Amino acid sequence: MISNNPTRCAACRFLRRRCPQDCVLAPYFPSSNPERFACVHKIFGAGNITKMLEQLPVHLREAAADSMFYEASLRVEDPVYGCVRIISQLQHHILEAQSEILKTNGQIASYIAQQQLQQQQQNVVDGASYQQDMQISEYLGVGSDVQTLANDSYFHP
Amino acid sequence: MGSGSSPCASCKLLRRRCAKDCIFAPYFPSDDPHKFAIVHKVFGASNVSKMLQELPIHQRGDAVSSLVYEANARMRDPVYGCVGAISFLQNQVSELQMQLAVAQAETLCFQMQQDPVALPTQIDQHQHHHQHQDHDQKSLLLSNSDFNSIPHQYFSSFASPSNVIQDPLKRESLWT
Repeated sequence: MISNNPTRCAACRFLRRRCPQDCVLAPYFPSSNPERFACVHKIFGAGNITKMLEQLPVHLREAAADSMFYEASLRVEDPVYGCVRIISQLQHHILEAQSEILKTNGQIASYIAQQQLQQQQQNVVDGASYQQDMQISEYLGVGSDVQTLANDSYFHP
Repeated sequence: MGSGSSPCASCKLLRRRCAKDCIFAPYFPSDDPHKFAIVHKVFGASNVSKMLQELPIHQRGDAVSSLVYEANARMRDPVYGCVGAISFLQNQVSELQMQLAVAQAETLCFQMQQDPVALPTQIDQHQHHHQHQDHDQKSLLLSNSDFNSIPHQYFSSFASPSNVIQDPLKRESLWT
Protein backbone atom coordinates (compact mmCIF):
# COMPACT_ATOMS: atom_id res chain seq x y z
CA MET A 1 0.00 0.00 0.00
CA ILE A 2 1.37 3.36 -0.96
CA SER A 3 1.45 5.68 2.02
CA ASN A 4 0.45 9.23 1.34
CA ASN A 5 1.50 12.51 2.85
CA PRO A 6 -1.06 13.53 5.48
CA THR A 7 -1.15 16.98 3.89
CA ARG A 8 -0.91 17.02 0.15
CA CYS A 9 1.84 19.22 -1.23
CA ALA A 10 0.88 22.23 -3.31
CA ALA A 11 1.65 20.37 -6.53
CA CYS A 12 -0.55 17.36 -5.79
CA ARG A 13 -3.30 19.59 -4.47
CA PHE A 14 -3.19 21.66 -7.65
CA LEU A 15 -3.16 18.54 -9.80
CA ARG A 16 -5.87 16.93 -7.67
CA ARG A 17 -4.01 13.73 -7.06
CA ARG A 18 -2.78 11.73 -4.13
CA CYS A 19 0.49 12.92 -2.66
CA PRO A 20 2.74 9.87 -2.05
CA GLN A 21 5.35 9.79 0.71
CA ASP A 22 8.10 9.91 -1.90
CA CYS A 23 6.53 12.72 -3.94
CA VAL A 24 9.38 14.37 -5.86
CA LEU A 25 7.76 17.79 -5.72
CA ALA A 26 6.58 17.85 -2.10
CA PRO A 27 9.82 19.07 -0.49
CA TYR A 28 9.97 22.08 -2.79
CA PHE A 29 6.32 23.00 -3.18
CA PRO A 30 4.80 22.97 0.29
CA SER A 31 1.05 23.31 0.74
CA SER A 32 1.65 26.61 2.55
CA ASN A 33 2.65 28.28 -0.72
CA PRO A 34 0.27 27.25 -3.52
CA GLU A 35 1.17 30.24 -5.69
CA ARG A 36 4.73 29.03 -6.02
CA PHE A 37 3.68 25.81 -7.71
CA ALA A 38 0.97 27.47 -9.76
CA CYS A 39 3.52 29.87 -11.20
CA VAL A 40 6.10 27.21 -12.04
CA HIS A 41 3.45 24.90 -13.46
CA LYS A 42 2.13 27.64 -15.73
CA ILE A 43 5.51 28.12 -17.38
CA PHE A 44 7.26 24.78 -17.18
CA GLY A 45 4.48 22.29 -16.57
CA ALA A 46 4.35 19.76 -13.74
CA GLY A 47 5.67 16.93 -15.88
CA ASN A 48 8.73 18.89 -16.98
CA ILE A 49 9.45 20.09 -13.45
CA THR A 50 9.28 16.54 -12.15
CA LYS A 51 11.51 15.23 -14.95
CA MET A 52 14.08 17.97 -14.43
CA LEU A 53 14.20 17.47 -10.67
CA GLU A 54 14.40 13.70 -10.97
CA GLN A 55 17.47 14.04 -13.15
CA LEU A 56 19.31 15.94 -10.43
CA PRO A 57 20.97 14.67 -7.25
CA VAL A 58 18.78 15.35 -4.23
CA HIS A 59 21.07 17.99 -2.72
CA LEU A 60 20.72 20.17 -5.83
CA ARG A 61 16.97 19.94 -6.26
CA GLU A 62 16.07 22.76 -3.92
CA ALA A 63 18.29 25.22 -5.78
CA ALA A 64 16.83 24.02 -9.08
CA ALA A 65 13.24 24.43 -7.84
CA ASP A 66 14.08 27.92 -6.55
CA SER A 67 15.67 29.00 -9.81
CA MET A 68 12.73 27.63 -11.80
CA PHE A 69 10.35 29.57 -9.59
CA TYR A 70 12.40 32.74 -10.12
CA GLU A 71 12.45 32.30 -13.89
CA ALA A 72 8.76 31.43 -13.99
CA SER A 73 7.85 34.51 -11.92
CA LEU A 74 9.76 36.76 -14.26
CA ARG A 75 8.14 35.13 -17.27
CA VAL A 76 4.69 35.66 -15.78
CA GLU A 77 5.57 39.34 -15.19
CA ASP A 78 7.08 39.75 -18.62
CA PRO A 79 5.65 37.17 -21.03
CA VAL A 80 7.81 38.39 -23.92
CA TYR A 81 11.29 38.49 -22.41
CA GLY A 82 11.08 36.92 -18.95
CA CYS A 83 14.40 36.88 -17.11
CA VAL A 84 16.24 37.42 -20.37
CA ARG A 85 15.39 41.11 -20.09
CA ILE A 86 17.46 41.30 -16.91
CA ILE A 87 20.38 39.53 -18.59
CA SER A 88 20.21 41.96 -21.49
CA GLN A 89 20.13 44.95 -19.16
CA LEU A 90 23.03 43.63 -17.10
CA GLN A 91 25.10 43.10 -20.25
CA HIS A 92 24.28 46.64 -21.30
CA HIS A 93 25.31 47.99 -17.90
CA ILE A 94 28.56 46.07 -18.06
CA LEU A 95 29.39 47.65 -21.41
CA GLU A 96 28.53 51.10 -20.06
CA ALA A 97 30.65 50.61 -16.95
CA GLN A 98 33.58 49.34 -19.00
CA SER A 99 33.33 52.35 -21.28
CA GLU A 100 33.16 54.71 -18.29
CA ILE A 101 36.20 53.06 -16.72
CA LEU A 102 38.16 53.44 -19.96
CA LYS A 103 37.20 57.10 -20.16
CA THR A 104 38.15 57.72 -16.52
CA ASN A 105 41.46 55.90 -16.93
CA GLY A 106 42.12 58.12 -19.93
CA GLN A 107 41.54 61.18 -17.76
CA ILE A 108 43.92 59.81 -15.15
CA ALA A 109 46.58 59.20 -17.80
CA SER A 110 46.11 62.76 -19.00
CA TYR A 111 46.54 64.13 -15.47
CA ILE A 112 49.69 62.07 -14.98
CA ALA A 113 51.11 63.28 -18.29
CA GLN A 114 50.34 66.87 -17.29
CA GLN A 115 52.08 66.40 -13.99
CA GLN A 116 55.13 64.90 -15.65
CA LEU A 117 55.29 67.78 -18.11
CA GLN A 118 55.02 70.30 -15.32
CA GLN A 119 57.77 68.49 -13.44
CA GLN A 120 60.03 68.52 -16.47
CA GLN A 121 59.42 72.21 -17.01
CA GLN A 122 60.19 72.88 -13.37
CA ASN A 123 63.43 70.90 -13.67
CA VAL A 124 64.47 73.01 -16.65
CA VAL A 125 63.75 76.22 -14.75
CA ASP A 126 65.61 74.93 -11.68
CA GLY A 127 68.54 73.88 -13.85
CA ALA A 128 68.72 77.30 -15.54
CA SER A 129 68.49 79.03 -12.18
CA TYR A 130 71.28 76.86 -10.77
CA GLN A 131 73.54 77.64 -13.72
CA GLN A 132 72.86 81.31 -13.28
CA ASP A 133 73.82 81.09 -9.61
CA MET A 134 77.01 79.28 -10.49
CA GLN A 135 77.95 81.92 -13.06
CA ILE A 136 77.39 84.70 -10.56
CA SER A 137 79.47 82.85 -7.97
CA GLU A 138 82.33 82.35 -10.41
CA TYR A 139 82.17 86.01 -11.39
CA LEU A 140 82.38 87.00 -7.77
CA GLY A 141 85.14 84.48 -7.17
CA VAL A 142 83.22 82.48 -4.65
CA GLY A 143 81.94 79.01 -4.98
CA SER A 144 82.84 75.53 -4.02
CA ASP A 145 86.50 76.57 -3.66
CA VAL A 146 85.52 78.70 -0.71
CA GLN A 147 84.27 75.74 1.21
CA THR A 148 87.43 73.76 0.42
CA LEU A 149 89.64 76.64 1.52
CA ALA A 150 87.62 77.03 4.65
CA ASN A 151 88.00 73.41 5.41
CA ASP A 152 91.72 73.62 4.76
CA SER A 153 92.11 76.58 7.02
CA TYR A 154 90.15 74.79 9.67
CA PHE A 155 92.33 71.77 9.59
CA HIS A 156 95.42 73.58 8.72
CA PRO A 157 95.29 76.77 10.69
CA MET B 1 4.93 28.99 -42.90
CA GLY B 2 2.89 25.80 -42.42
CA SER B 3 1.98 23.97 -45.53
CA GLY B 4 0.91 20.47 -46.52
CA SER B 5 4.28 19.71 -48.11
CA SER B 6 6.69 20.82 -45.39
CA PRO B 7 5.69 20.61 -41.74
CA CYS B 8 7.39 23.00 -39.35
CA ALA B 9 9.92 21.66 -36.84
CA SER B 10 7.27 21.54 -34.11
CA CYS B 11 4.75 19.51 -36.04
CA LYS B 12 7.51 17.23 -37.27
CA LEU B 13 8.61 16.53 -33.71
CA LEU B 14 5.06 16.20 -32.46
CA ARG B 15 4.18 14.06 -35.45
CA ARG B 16 1.09 15.89 -36.45
CA ARG B 17 -0.23 17.66 -39.46
CA CYS B 18 1.10 21.16 -39.83
CA ALA B 19 -1.93 23.37 -40.33
CA LYS B 20 -1.82 26.54 -42.41
CA ASP B 21 -2.35 28.62 -39.29
CA CYS B 22 0.07 26.60 -37.14
CA ILE B 23 1.14 28.89 -34.34
CA PHE B 24 4.66 27.47 -34.25
CA ALA B 25 5.42 27.45 -37.95
CA PRO B 26 6.63 31.08 -38.32
CA TYR B 27 9.13 30.64 -35.48
CA PHE B 28 10.27 27.04 -35.73
CA PRO B 29 11.21 26.34 -39.35
CA SER B 30 11.87 22.76 -40.39
CA ASP B 31 15.55 23.46 -41.07
CA ASP B 32 16.26 23.98 -37.35
CA PRO B 33 14.72 21.08 -35.45
CA HIS B 34 16.99 21.56 -32.44
CA LYS B 35 15.42 24.93 -31.65
CA PHE B 36 11.96 23.51 -31.01
CA ALA B 37 13.27 20.34 -29.43
CA ILE B 38 15.01 22.27 -26.69
CA VAL B 39 12.05 24.56 -26.01
CA HIS B 40 9.72 21.58 -25.92
CA LYS B 41 12.01 19.75 -23.53
CA VAL B 42 12.10 22.60 -21.01
CA PHE B 43 8.71 24.27 -21.35
CA GLY B 44 6.54 21.81 -23.21
CA ALA B 45 4.79 22.41 -26.52
CA SER B 46 1.39 23.13 -25.00
CA ASN B 47 2.81 25.73 -22.60
CA VAL B 48 4.68 27.43 -25.42
CA SER B 49 1.57 27.41 -27.56
CA LYS B 50 -0.49 28.94 -24.74
CA MET B 51 2.17 31.60 -24.12
CA LEU B 52 2.32 32.56 -27.79
CA GLN B 53 -1.45 32.67 -28.12
CA GLU B 54 -1.63 35.19 -25.29
CA LEU B 55 0.75 37.54 -27.08
CA PRO B 56 0.14 39.91 -29.97
CA ILE B 57 1.72 38.63 -33.18
CA HIS B 58 4.40 41.31 -33.35
CA GLN B 59 5.81 40.19 -29.97
CA ARG B 60 5.85 36.47 -30.61
CA GLY B 61 9.20 36.45 -32.40
CA ASP B 62 10.99 38.00 -29.43
CA ALA B 63 9.13 35.76 -27.03
CA VAL B 64 10.31 32.67 -28.91
CA SER B 65 13.87 33.97 -28.98
CA SER B 66 13.88 34.54 -25.24
CA LEU B 67 12.32 31.13 -24.58
CA VAL B 68 15.00 29.48 -26.71
CA TYR B 69 17.66 31.40 -24.79
CA GLU B 70 16.22 30.32 -21.45
CA ALA B 71 15.82 26.74 -22.57
CA ASN B 72 19.44 26.63 -23.74
CA ALA B 73 20.57 28.05 -20.41
CA ARG B 74 18.55 25.44 -18.54
CA MET B 75 20.00 22.63 -20.65
CA ARG B 76 23.55 23.86 -20.05
CA ASP B 77 22.95 24.34 -16.36
CA PRO B 78 20.07 22.15 -15.15
CA VAL B 79 20.32 23.52 -11.61
CA TYR B 80 20.46 27.27 -12.09
CA GLY B 81 19.62 27.92 -15.73
CA CYS B 82 19.44 31.64 -16.55
CA VAL B 83 19.66 32.50 -12.88
CA GLY B 84 23.28 31.40 -12.92
CA ALA B 85 24.01 33.83 -15.69
CA ILE B 86 22.20 36.63 -13.85
CA SER B 87 24.22 35.99 -10.72
CA PHE B 88 27.48 35.90 -12.68
CA LEU B 89 26.67 39.15 -14.46
CA GLN B 90 25.64 40.82 -11.20
CA ASN B 91 29.04 39.95 -9.74
CA GLN B 92 30.71 41.41 -12.82
CA VAL B 93 28.72 44.59 -12.48
CA SER B 94 29.67 44.90 -8.78
CA GLU B 95 33.34 44.50 -9.61
CA LEU B 96 33.16 47.08 -12.36
CA GLN B 97 31.31 49.48 -10.06
CA MET B 98 34.17 49.21 -7.58
CA GLN B 99 36.77 49.74 -10.28
CA LEU B 100 34.88 52.77 -11.54
CA ALA B 101 34.56 54.23 -8.04
CA VAL B 102 38.30 53.83 -7.48
CA ALA B 103 39.12 55.45 -10.81
CA GLN B 104 36.73 58.32 -10.16
CA ALA B 105 38.26 58.89 -6.71
CA GLU B 106 41.67 59.07 -8.36
CA THR B 107 40.55 61.73 -10.83
CA LEU B 108 39.08 63.72 -7.95
CA CYS B 109 42.46 63.58 -6.20
CA PHE B 110 44.15 64.89 -9.30
CA GLN B 111 41.61 67.67 -9.62
CA MET B 112 42.17 68.64 -6.00
CA GLN B 113 45.93 68.68 -6.49
CA GLN B 114 45.62 70.89 -9.52
CA ASP B 115 43.26 73.40 -8.04
CA PRO B 116 43.10 73.15 -4.26
CA VAL B 117 41.98 76.78 -3.86
CA ALA B 118 38.78 76.08 -5.70
CA LEU B 119 38.24 72.88 -3.70
CA PRO B 120 34.92 73.79 -1.99
CA THR B 121 33.50 75.00 -5.31
CA GLN B 122 34.71 71.90 -7.04
CA ILE B 123 33.13 69.66 -4.48
CA ASP B 124 29.85 71.59 -4.75
CA GLN B 125 30.00 71.28 -8.52
CA HIS B 126 30.84 67.62 -8.27
CA GLN B 127 27.90 67.00 -5.95
CA HIS B 128 25.61 69.08 -8.14
CA HIS B 129 26.84 67.22 -11.18
CA HIS B 130 26.11 63.92 -9.51
CA GLN B 131 22.71 64.98 -8.28
CA HIS B 132 21.84 66.19 -11.72
CA GLN B 133 22.91 62.93 -13.18
CA ASP B 134 21.53 60.95 -10.31
CA HIS B 135 19.21 58.90 -12.45
CA ASP B 136 21.91 58.09 -14.97
CA GLN B 137 24.41 57.29 -12.25
CA LYS B 138 21.85 55.03 -10.64
CA SER B 139 21.23 53.17 -13.83
CA LEU B 140 24.97 53.00 -14.50
CA LEU B 141 25.94 52.04 -10.99
CA LEU B 142 22.89 49.84 -10.60
CA SER B 143 21.70 51.00 -7.24
CA ASN B 144 18.39 49.78 -8.62
CA SER B 145 17.41 46.95 -6.33
CA ASP B 146 16.40 44.78 -9.26
CA PHE B 147 20.01 44.11 -10.04
CA ASN B 148 21.86 44.22 -6.76
CA SER B 149 20.76 40.78 -5.75
CA ILE B 150 18.26 38.16 -6.66
CA PRO B 151 15.27 38.76 -4.37
CA HIS B 152 15.27 36.47 -1.36
CA GLN B 153 11.62 35.53 -1.49
CA TYR B 154 12.41 33.31 -4.47
CA PHE B 155 14.91 31.24 -2.61
CA SER B 156 14.49 28.96 0.33
CA SER B 157 18.14 28.02 0.17
CA PHE B 158 20.26 29.30 -2.64
CA ALA B 159 23.91 28.44 -3.03
CA SER B 160 25.90 30.80 -5.16
CA PRO B 161 25.31 29.79 -8.75
CA SER B 162 28.33 31.69 -9.97
CA ASN B 163 30.44 28.86 -8.63
CA VAL B 164 28.62 26.50 -10.89
CA ILE B 165 28.34 28.42 -14.10
CA GLN B 166 31.64 29.55 -15.48
CA ASP B 167 31.21 30.41 -19.08
CA PRO B 168 28.00 29.52 -20.82
CA LEU B 169 26.19 32.79 -21.07
CA LYS B 170 28.62 35.48 -20.07
CA ARG B 171 29.82 36.20 -23.56
CA GLU B 172 26.56 35.79 -25.37
CA SER B 173 24.85 38.95 -26.38
CA LEU B 174 21.22 38.77 -27.17
CA TRP B 175 19.66 38.78 -30.52
CA THR B 176 22.93 38.76 -32.49
